[in-house]
Amino acid sequence: MATIQQVRSLDTFPQANKITLRGKILRDRWMYLFILPGLLYFLIFNYLPLAGNIVAFQEYSPYLGFRESPWVGLRNFERLFTDPDFERALINTIQIEILQLVFSFPAPLLLALLLNSLISERVKRSVQSIVYLPHFLSWVIIIALWQQVFGGNGFMNQILRNQGMDTFNIMANPDIFKPLVVVQAIWKDVGWGTIIFLAALTKIDTQLYEAAVIDGAGGWRRLRDVTLPGIRSIIVLLLILRLGSMFSVGFEQYFLQQQAVGAEAAEVLDTFVYSRGIQGGDWGFGTAVGLVRSLVGLMLIVSANWLARRAGEEGIF
Amino acid sequence: MAVTNPDPAAQPGTPMTAGMAVTTAVRRRRTDSARPVWMEEPSLPLKVLKAVTLAFIVLVMTFPLVYVIAVSFSSAKDVLGGGLVLFPANPTLDAYRAIFEGGVVTRALRVSVGLTLLGTLAQMVATTTLAYGLSKPGVPGARIVLFLVLGAFLFTPGMIPSFLLVRELGMLDTYPSLIVPGLIGAFNLIVLRNFFMNIPQELLDAARVDGANDVQIFFRIVLPLSKAVLAVVALFYGVGIWNAFFNAVLYIYDTSKWPIQLVLRQYVLQGSSLSSATQLDPTQPPPPPQTIQMAIVVVATVPILLVYPFLQKYFTKGVLSGAIKG
Repeated sequence: MATIQQVRSLDTFPQANKITLRGKILRDRWMYLFILPGLLYFLIFNYLPLAGNIVAFQEYSPYLGFRESPWVGLRNFERLFTDPDFERALINTIQIEILQLVFSFPAPLLLALLLNSLISERVKRSVQSIVYLPHFLSWVIIIALWQQVFGGNGFMNQILRNQGMDTFNIMANPDIFKPLVVVQAIWKDVGWGTIIFLAALTKIDTQLYEAAVIDGAGGWRRLRDVTLPGIRSIIVLLLILRLGSMFSVGFEQYFLQQQAVGAEAAEVLDTFVYSRGIQGGDWGFGTAVGLVRSLVGLMLIVSANWLARRAGEEGIF
Repeated sequence: MAVTNPDPAAQPGTPMTAGMAVTTAVRRRRTDSARPVWMEEPSLPLKVLKAVTLAFIVLVMTFPLVYVIAVSFSSAKDVLGGGLVLFPANPTLDAYRAIFEGGVVTRALRVSVGLTLLGTLAQMVATTTLAYGLSKPGVPGARIVLFLVLGAFLFTPGMIPSFLLVRELGMLDTYPSLIVPGLIGAFNLIVLRNFFMNIPQELLDAARVDGANDVQIFFRIVLPLSKAVLAVVALFYGVGIWNAFFNAVLYIYDTSKWPIQLVLRQYVLQGSSLSSATQLDPTQPPPPPQTIQMAIVVVATVPILLVYPFLQKYFTKGVLSGAIKG
């Protein structure tokens, strides 16, 4: 894209070919004014904190600061293997992530296939505008809504009570917390997730379907041999992105429900970094956890991308 | 970054003109809500199954909101009777009166509205200027900046380093701490840059021939041509600030500076006593706490519901797919 426009603007100004670097910089001096504030933002708030990860090699204390805090080498990283709370947070995270991968990853795909099969545009649009909505609600609101329906004094328990049956509080039960958060996540984002699949589905050439029908393919056969291969690359792409965030299931959803179900069930890596590092003052260890997590995430995304490319897919970079 | 083109191998080489005619004909018929010729009528059980599934999904998605709205308008009699409130028999605005007559909720709403308006403005200024700066081809050094921006997708700063930075900058417990650390969203930036790059170069060249410099081109040509996409990005930013919760947990300790989401957690999820949150008329019996809680949920949701139709109109078409293609 950039090259095409470059060529075009060179056509309009043939002398641009001969411009020196100095001349170009002078010509575009205003553009640097536009770039500078944003560049400073990214340097300060995105790249400078990366340097702050040195805290992971220190026994950091806010009173001593970066310079005075004692260096401890890799001791904070060694603690990853011995700290029982970290182990629990890691296990919780992996269990939730596996549930997400199995259930909330395919959910938008199924919904997109259902929506795509609707003939009436009106019905399709109305359903879409309803299922997209929860994506824009904050987790605080969503948990409040769920509590109101499924909580101890919620709608569901009112019905049970009126029927003279036993009540149970789904929102405060550690045993079912993991399936619960997965269902909540599906409720929030299943609609949003369909957008990208629907876009890919409409790009499938309808002639392929016509040809398949002429060859005698039924509905299932068309799904298997036309639809799914047509959106395979987008599925692979989303999977790669998903792997990159494998060890970060999010913060707010878990943080908000920890009080109700307890840390045993609801401590995940993101909340662990907060509770141990910032609240508990164990800055070095918290940073080490965060650092290892993002490095592993980076490695996963790069290797998944490499694998996908080897398998003949496009990958993301 | 990402590419949405379906696998090229899946598209056989077909004669262009005839193929395109057929495709457009089929597409046109599909937009008129007619079944494509090749698709057979589904069997009755399948139709029923589809309808039931859709109805179930719609019910599950809408029910919690409808219920919460109903409770917020209920009177003490409706709620305490132990009956199910789906249509309050004696609707009342008492709960809303209680939270709007001053007190914590009113203040938090004011904070959130102010933060959202000013924050969105700051984010838009920062994002559009950088996007424009990176949209002009051939600016020496701009590619490096672009790579830095794309790198922000991969290298996100950790929670503790970000926290330490905000603290070092003396921004703890200030409103800028809720805006500045997330000033430019890399995704929004790429969306805008792609849009700016698709403005016909001839237009910009014509302006240049007329003597306009890059600043004038930005204000007189690029911005006016991008109103729609600017509106969408601004809405996304605004919704983001309104919904933000975690950054206030990290950075704001003074409860009088809390935005609405934190107040919502305090009084609805943690069930703190509402007497401090509301200014109640001592001569009247107070509305049931449950209705006040739900009224807080509703006022925190209403701004989202108000902008949602505009958001939805745009994000399904164009804007996002443009970003994905680039």
